[in-house]
Order: sequence, then C-alpha cells, then structure tokens
Amino acid sequence: MTVVADRRTVGATPTGRRWRSRLTGLSWSSLLYVAPALVFFAVFVIYPICVTVQTSFYNYDGLTVATPAGLSNYLNVFADPTLRAALGHSLLLLVFYAALPVVIGLILAGAMSRIRIYGLTVFRALLFLPQILASVVVAVAWRGLLASDGPINWVLEHVGLGSIATSWLGNFDTALPSIGLIGTWVEYGLCMVLFLAGIVTIDRSLYEAARLDGAGPVREFFAITLPALRPQISIALILTITFALRNFDLIWNTTRGGPGTSTTVPSLYVYLDAFQNRQLGQASALAVVLTVVILIVVALVQLAVRGRSGEPRTTRTKRSAR
Amino acid sequence: MKVSIRESVGTHGLLVIAALFAVYPLGSIVASSLHGSSGSDLGWTNFSVAWTRGHFGSALLASAFVAVTVVIVTAVLSSLAGYALGTLRVPGGKAIMAVLLIGLVLPYEVTVLPLYQMLSGWGLIDTYWALILPQIGLSVPLGVFWMRTFFRSIPEEILEAARLDGASRMQILRLVLLPIAGPAVATLSTILFLFTWNEFLLALILVPENQAVQTAPLALSFFSGTDRAANPSVTAAAAVLVALPIIVAYVVLQRRLITGLTSGAVK
Repeated sequence: MTVVADRRTVGATPTGRRWRSRLTGLSWSSLLYVAPALVFFAVFVIYPICVTVQTSFYNYDGLTVATPAGLSNYLNVFADPTLRAALGHSLLLLVFYAALPVVIGLILAGAMSRIRIYGLTVFRALLFLPQILASVVVAVAWRGLLASDGPINWVLEHVGLGSIATSWLGNFDTALPSIGLIGTWVEYGLCMVLFLAGIVTIDRSLYEAARLDGAGPVREFFAITLPALRPQISIALILTITFALRNFDLIWNTTRGGPGTSTTVPSLYVYLDAFQNRQLGQASALAVVLTVVILIVVALVQLAVRGRSGEPRTTRTKRSAR
Repeated sequence: MKVSIRESVGTHGLLVIAALFAVYPLGSIVASSLHGSSGSDLGWTNFSVAWTRGHFGSALLASAFVAVTVVIVTAVLSSLAGYALGTLRVPGGKAIMAVLLIGLVLPYEVTVLPLYQMLSGWGLIDTYWALILPQIGLSVPLGVFWMRTFFRSIPEEILEAARLDGASRMQILRLVLLPIAGPAVATLSTILFLFTWNEFLLALILVPENQAVQTAPLALSFFSGTDRAANPSVTAAAAVLVALPIIVAYVVLQRRLITGLTSGAVK
C-alpha cells in the first residue's frame, strides 16, 4: 500500500490528466478488470508465441526428442531454394495485393474528389463486398471464373484472343499472377472506401483555390488529394500488406501452392512443415520470420506517416477529423 | 466547383465498372448455383444436394455457435478490460496496451503450432473448445482497444458525478457506461462475428477430423476440394450457403460494418 501512496503523490501534478489519476490513484484492484482478458491473451497468444520462438531453435519432428539446431532453421529460411522461392512469390504478390489496389483506389478517388457523387452509399457497399466474404467462398468463385471453360476464357475467345485462353490457375506461368489478380480484387474496394472516407474530410475550398490558380486535375491530385489522404494510405498499406504476407487461405483453397511449386508462399510452408513434413523447428522459424517482417513493415509504414505529419500542411487538421 | 457534366458522367461510369467488377464473382456463383444440373430448369436442386452431401446444416450451426460464443465472451472481457484501461489507473497499463498492440497485427501462423500441441494435450482437438478458446484470446486485442477508445471518449464529468453519488466502480460500468456503450459494443460484435465466421486456418488445424464441429468455411473447403471434378453448380450452391448468413448480415449492417472496419483500423 505504501507504494500506491508514493506513486500517488509523485504522479500528482496540476495538469488535467494527472488530476484524474490523483482522484483514482494507481489502483491495483483495477487489475481484476483487466485480468480475465489478459489471461486469455497470455494463454492463447503470448505463450504460443514463446513456444514457437523456442521451437525455432531446435530440430523437432513432434515425436522424438528435439535437438538444438542453433540458427540453422533461420538460415534455411533464406538459403533453402524452395523457401526462398516462396518468399519471392510473396514479394510479387505484394505488387498485386498492395501496390495495385492502392494505385487503383487513388486514381478513382482522385477522379471522385472532383465531382459530387450520386449513390455513394450503394457504391461503397458494393465495393466493400469482397472484404466480407470468406476466402474459401472467394476461392470457389474465382476458380470458376478462371477455369478453362470459365467466363474469362469465353470472353477471350469471343474477342479473338482464344490463343491465350488457358487454365489460368493450372498453368505454371499464369497461376501466380492469377492469384495476384484475385488479391487485387479483394483489396481494391477496401482501398477505395478508405480513400473516399478521407476525401469527404478535405476542405472543398482548397479545390476551389487550386482551380482559381489554374491547377488541372493532375496538379490538383498531387497538391491536395494525395497529401490529405496520407493517413488513409498508411492504413490501406498496413491492411493490404499484412493480408498479402499471410495469404494462406486463398492459396490453400485455389492452388495449394501448385502447379509444382509455382504459387507457394511462406505461410503455406508454415502449415506444411508443421503438419505434414513434421519439421516443426523449420515451420516455427518461418512463422517467426513472417511475424517479424509484418511487424517491421507496419512500423515502417507508421513511421513514414508519423514522421511527416509534423510538417506544416494545409491539410494537417484533417488528421484529427477521424 | 463547376466540373463539366461529361466528367461527372465519366467518373460515375468508372465507379459503376469498379462496383460491377467487385460484385461479379459473387454474382457468378449465385447464377451458377441456380442453374439446374440438366442445364435448363432454374431451381433449388443444387442447394439441396449440397446441403445433404456437404453437411452444411451442421456446419452453419457450428459456425454460428462458435462465432456467437466468441463474440459474447470477447465483448464482456473487452468491456471490463477496456473500462479499466480507459478510465482507471491500471498498474502497467501502458505496457499492457503495448503488448496488446502487437496482437492486433499478429499473423495467426505464429501461434497455430503450439496451440495445436497445447489443445491436444488438453484433449480438446476436434471439439468446439479448440475453436472458441484461442479465438477469444486472438480477438481480445481488438476488443480491448475498441472498448478503451470508447470509454476514454466519455466526458470525465459523467464519471465524476457518478463517483460523487457514491457509485462503486462496478456500478459505474454497469449502470452509467454500458447503457450508452450500445453502439460501440454492437459494432465491435459485428466485426468480431465476421472475423470468427470467416476464420479458416485455425479451423483447418484445430478441428481437422470431427465433421460435427467443423465450421462452414472448412466444410466448404473440404466439399469443394473432394468434389472438384463433380458438378460445379453444386459447389457454387455450397459457397452461396456459406456466404449467405454474412451477406444477409451485411445488407442490414453494412454501414456499421464498413465504418467499423475502416475506422477501427486507424486505432
């Protein structure tokens, strides 16, 4: 109890925030409110992560005694050709899952910033639809569209491009870009909805001023719309990149990494190494690398946004609007 | 703000194309599912075939049971924790928030293997608990952040007045805060329900063998995997069955869901 009393006097300064804390005090009993949630989080998230990190330093098949492996599992992630190929596939998918949707979203949002949009609610709901569907449903739908007798090939044949028609997900050359296209489809609506929400908060008088100064649509986009959308772009990047780097569900339900190994990704090997190849140490190291990469990317995107938000900008106030 | 009518029409045209492209894949499976196997008659035969062969009745029930349980428990735990972290001086509160923050962007892949070992040690693999318990743990970070943000937004004066009236902490939460927390809790519940309903990897790993507790996405994955050579219309009908509850909920709650998913990401 003495600790509580000490903290109370130290923490008490005449600012509004601290005033609240003086009234309540540092309250150990308040931990009781937090405890149930923390117990679930600790047992089913923190503890498993620790075990994964520990396992990643061992050779372990899940049955016999684990032997220390040092860093070899981690070195393998970057040295093993199959795992390196999977990492490479993930990088290519980043273009389709993150870069393309953001660019498409920005172009359309830029066009929309110039006009009054009719039926915005309906458009928003339709564009957002891919986000709410289970990835298995998405996979079933796109397997049908991309099949050799599917509608995409039907269109190609009717416009005289029958020669490039193929079984898109079954062809070594087209499988990975096809999965990328599905990712673009899943994500571009999300980006547009995010950007539209940002555009609504932009002060219309900025556009009027720009037009009086004779700025064209392109100038207007780069001078006003793009800087104002910085927070939304960062969110869009975090969401799409995280989705691209995980990406197990979609691949598992479309190609399972095939044909051959042409669409393998790290999260697929996490599953295969853990539950089929019985290389638990390798699977754990890969999962840890995947997690660290995602955390780094999120931190970088956050830094890139926060680092510049201190600059005096005409649109800075819009950040607080969210 | 005068822009030519031509530009306005052109931009709306682009929007229509973008929206059609977003809806088309779903439309294609709906159309395919309504096609009779004979090719001509429009009907529900595909649905009844998929329903009986794919055991989607039990799968949809399992999904509903798992999702509702996870949502209720997570909402309660998150309200308690978010209340304390948002309005009380919790020792180590900053550290707790920092750890939970990591949980927000965590790929499930890093937890699944130990989860499998742990739950099989407890004899829970292939039971509802194997899906419910971990998903509560994985949903807690979002829930706590969400509820904490809400509780912090409540004016200090309200809490102060309640305290002066002699209300205990629990009474403040129960009688003062929760009655006005309805919209926040509802949006959180909708998001959690969507995530839990659609979760695939955990189901694949934690209930691999027991058909009775398999969720709808997993049942669809098995069904479309084994029946790949079979009638695509039946597979399409199965996919529609799995998507239908979510689509219905979306039609009703889309505004809440979109705002929640896009603004929730900001925090």
